[in-house]
Parts: sequence; C-alpha cells; structure tokens
Amino acid sequence: MSTIIEARSLTYTYGVGTPFEHTALDNVSFRIEEGEFVGIIGHTGSGKSTLVQMLNGLVTPSSGEVYFRDKNIHDKDYKLRDMRFKVGLVFQYPEYQLFEETVYRDIAFGPKNMGLSESEIDDRVREAARFTGIREEQLEKSPFELSGGQKRRVAIAGVLAMRPEVLILDEPTSGLDPRGRERILELIKSYHRERGTTVLFVTHSMEDIARTVERLIVLNESKLVLDDIPENVFLKADFLDSIGLDVPQITKVFMLLSEKYGINIPTSVYTVKYAKKIVDELMAKGEIK
Amino acid sequence: MNSFISADSIKFEYKNIEGQTQLALDGLNIKIDKGEFVAVLGHNGSGKSTFAKHMNAILVPTEGKLTVKGMDTADDDLLYDIRQCVGMVFQNPDNQLVATVVEEDVAFAPENLGVPREEIRKRVDDALEAVGMTKYKLHATYKLSGGQKQRVAIGGIIAMRPECIVLDEPTAMLDPVGRKEVMKSIRMLNRDLGITIVLITHHMNEAAEADRVIVMSKGKVIMDAPPKEVFWRTEELYDAGLSVPQPVELLLLMRKDGAEIEEGVLTVEECAEALAKIIKSARK
Repeated sequence: MSTIIEARSLTYTYGVGTPFEHTALDNVSFRIEEGEFVGIIGHTGSGKSTLVQMLNGLVTPSSGEVYFRDKNIHDKDYKLRDMRFKVGLVFQYPEYQLFEETVYRDIAFGPKNMGLSESEIDDRVREAARFTGIREEQLEKSPFELSGGQKRRVAIAGVLAMRPEVLILDEPTSGLDPRGRERILELIKSYHRERGTTVLFVTHSMEDIARTVERLIVLNESKLVLDDIPENVFLKADFLDSIGLDVPQITKVFMLLSEKYGINIPTSVYTVKYAKKIVDELMAKGEIK
Repeated sequence: MNSFISADSIKFEYKNIEGQTQLALDGLNIKIDKGEFVAVLGHNGSGKSTFAKHMNAILVPTEGKLTVKGMDTADDDLLYDIRQCVGMVFQNPDNQLVATVVEEDVAFAPENLGVPREEIRKRVDDALEAVGMTKYKLHATYKLSGGQKQRVAIGGIIAMRPECIVLDEPTAMLDPVGRKEVMKSIRMLNRDLGITIVLITHHMNEAAEADRVIVMSKGKVIMDAPPKEVFWRTEELYDAGLSVPQPVELLLLMRKDGAEIEEGVLTVEECAEALAKIIKSARK
C-alpha cells in the first residue's frame, strides 16, 4: 500500500490579532493509505470540516502541509485544480448546490470541466447514476423536482462522475430518515468495494460509522485524539462520551453489563450483530469468569 | 369530550411540479390531549411535516377538519388565537432567529402581540430561564452553537405563552451535545410547565422519551401507542421505513433463539438488566 494523502502538522487559526482569534485545527498529522475507508468523527466545532477542506486545498493551513501522492499541494507550481478532480469533496447538505436544468447536466458538470469527450462524459454520468440509484428517466428531470434524499444522491453522483481517487464526504447522512441513511451508507460501501476508491467519511453519528469504516480518526477541540480501528476506539466509550460523541446504545448496554452487573464482557461492542455473537459465546461457555 | 387538538379525517392535496395531484394526508385521524408529550415518526414523505403545519394553520385541510381547543383552523378569524395557542419550531436554527441579540429575539413574538413592556421583560427572562440560556441573553445570536440557537428559537415560542409547541425535527441539524440540550428543554417544558408537546423526529431514541408515539406512513396513522409497545412491532416499523433501537434489535435476536425475554424493554438500562438476567441464569 502507498500513502495517498498525508497531513503534516496541520494547524489553522482564523481571526489572528482580533478578539475572535480561534484555532480550528491544532497540529493534526496522519497518513491515509490508498484504498482505505476511514471515518473522521468529532462534535460540532471540533475541526472536522476545516480539516477536509484542507485536504483538497480549499483552505490553506496556517502552518503544516498536505501531501497528495508525496507532492506538497502548497508548492507554487503544484496544479491544485487537477488535484481537486482527484480528491472529490461532497459538502454538507450538498443538495443545496444543485443548479443545472437537468439531473444529467448537473452530474456532467464536473467531468465537463475536466475537458473530457462527450462520450466519456456520458459513460461517467450513467455510471455515477447507476451507483447512486438514479433511474434513467430521472436524468432528464429538473433536479428540483426530486425529493431531498434523491437530490442528495444526485449531488453525490456529480462528484463520483469525476472518478476521484479519494472521495471525501462531509456528513452525507445528516437530516435523512433511517431508510435514506441506510441507502447512502450502502451506496458508499458498494462504491468503495467495487472501485477500491479511498474514502474519508466525516460524521458525528457513531452508529453509522461503526458499521462502515475500517479505521477511525477522532477529533476533539481541534486536536487529533484517537486514530485506530473501530474496535479499539469503542473500547474507550467513556472517553468518547466525555468529548460529546454519541456512543452507540449497544455499546452502552455492554458497558453497563460490565460495570453494574460485574459480567466479564468486552465493551468494544458497537454493532448488534457483534453483540449477539459475544452473548452467544458467553452462553455457549455456560460459565463466565 | 373535545380533545385539545383533533384531526378528523383530514386530507391534504397539493399539485406537484408536473401538475399532478398528490395526497400528502389521506384521511388522518389524530387526537391529542392537553399536557401530552407525543412523538410523530415516519419516513420522508410520510406526511408528518404536513401534519405539523396543520396544527397551527400554516396549512389547512383540503377535506375534513382540524381543531385546536375547538377552534377550526380553516376559520381565518381565529388564525391569531390558534397561532398564539400552538407555537412551532422548525428544523433549521438559522432560519428562525430574527434579531441579532438573544433577548431581543425572544422578545419578538410578545412585542408583536402588543404585550406591555414590563410583562415582556418578565416573559423573556422566564423563557430564557426555561431553556437554560439566561447567561447568553446579551450575546449575538449568530455566534451561538446550533443547539443554543435552537433553544433560543424555543425560548421565543415560550415567551408567547403557548399551550402547545410543535417541533418539526428540531434536532436534525444538531450534533449529539446539541440534541441532548434541546431534548432536555423539551422534557422540562412538558413536565414542569405542562406544555403539550408534539415532536416530529427521525430519531428513535428521542421518540422513546415521549408518552405516546404515532407512526405515519403514506399520509395515514399506522401505529399509535406508548413507545414500549411501538418499538417492539419491528416488522411494521421496518415496513414503514423506520429502524428499531439497537437494544430491542439485540433482544429480539436472542428471543428468536429461544431466550425468554419480556416485551417492552426499551432503554439501555432495561436491556442491560434483561441481558444480565439471561447470562446469569445460563451460568447456573
């Protein structure tokens, strides 16, 4: 595996010299390997959105550097525009950014700007539509006729159509109902599986992220506080709770079983399936030490 | 007896962009009594927001009748009385604040109602106290967090002294801390001030805190029962595009395997207790 993105000591301070001076990001470093599926969690104001905007060069760090494929993206002769086609960013509430007359044209906007041929654009639009579950006949509709969940999928398709090497999604499930959330999660998972694209998934929903990612980066008060596989992160459920994150209910159940009922049980449980497996194992043993 | 809010076979039709007639509410019957805390669940497009907007006459039924304290929402002359009685809080905190200073925002409604100056002062102070925002009364509204903004919006409604507050997904755009703050305020308003609460939400654990849960699908009520009952009717919930709280999901899986589990377990604490019992009995 090779490193695709590297954050080196990223710091961002805004309003320097004014009473509103605030450090939004404080000395954050990590490497993302090609093909990884990483979750970034943190409460509102922890710096997650600032961080992801830095990763595709929309926000320039006050100090520190971002490397994309071992090249410093802040170098004078670095082609930032080309890099933005490779690091696709889906913003929060992306449905508000739809603007074209038809769904097709909206999805085609990115590839068109890349200077691709008409037939290549057409291929990509249809592929992105397929991934996001947008039907053929919807392509000629106005995006404003669609439901909220559909609009969001069109907005995501617009980024997928650029075939980015890294896909970054900033809170892609917020404001959706459970079925809508499930659909977005599924489509991101299957996209990652089929294309092997590196995915960074920003959220504050621990239940969503627990089932989805291979690695979690946790931000708190502008600093990176944890960077580990989900199992190890959820072992620190007390800590997560203390920094304002929503620990999955099932994790809380297992914490109680261990603390209140004195049952020797791992508390790194975060999905119902895994919880069932652990309980089954306990029952099978018949005896718990 | 007349209920506080009574929706009697209401239908609501609208034309979509292509000019086709759509039915957002399809013969809805709901009665809500004074002092209740009711949660309304349903997937996007189930009609729950349309119903919410009927309760303070932003929308009026195409067919059927909705009354608030016996007042027909279709009667234009009663509009002010209805809206003073039922306040509404929406999803996006940024769209609801009108003033630049917290206490001025909360004073907006009573000012418009022509409440005397001294009385406004008292109402604003009381309202800020109720939502725990007293120490921010002179702060700029735009600098507050999402949860704080939402609490100011709720404060602005309370200052109107409504008997009922309808909240349409008030926590959808908030993080866990903001959600907790807002839910705490809502519970307090219901329990301590006796305000009737209708909470439209997507979060199953928020609905679990209500006295009663109404589940909507395709413009109709498909379930109307206490949370302990509703959340165990999992097939119906899945069919309605909703999910089930994780503790219930786990216990149901265990029951399928033959474990003895009583229905109605809902909270994390109850689930842990039930599991501890099973595990300990297996140990013997």
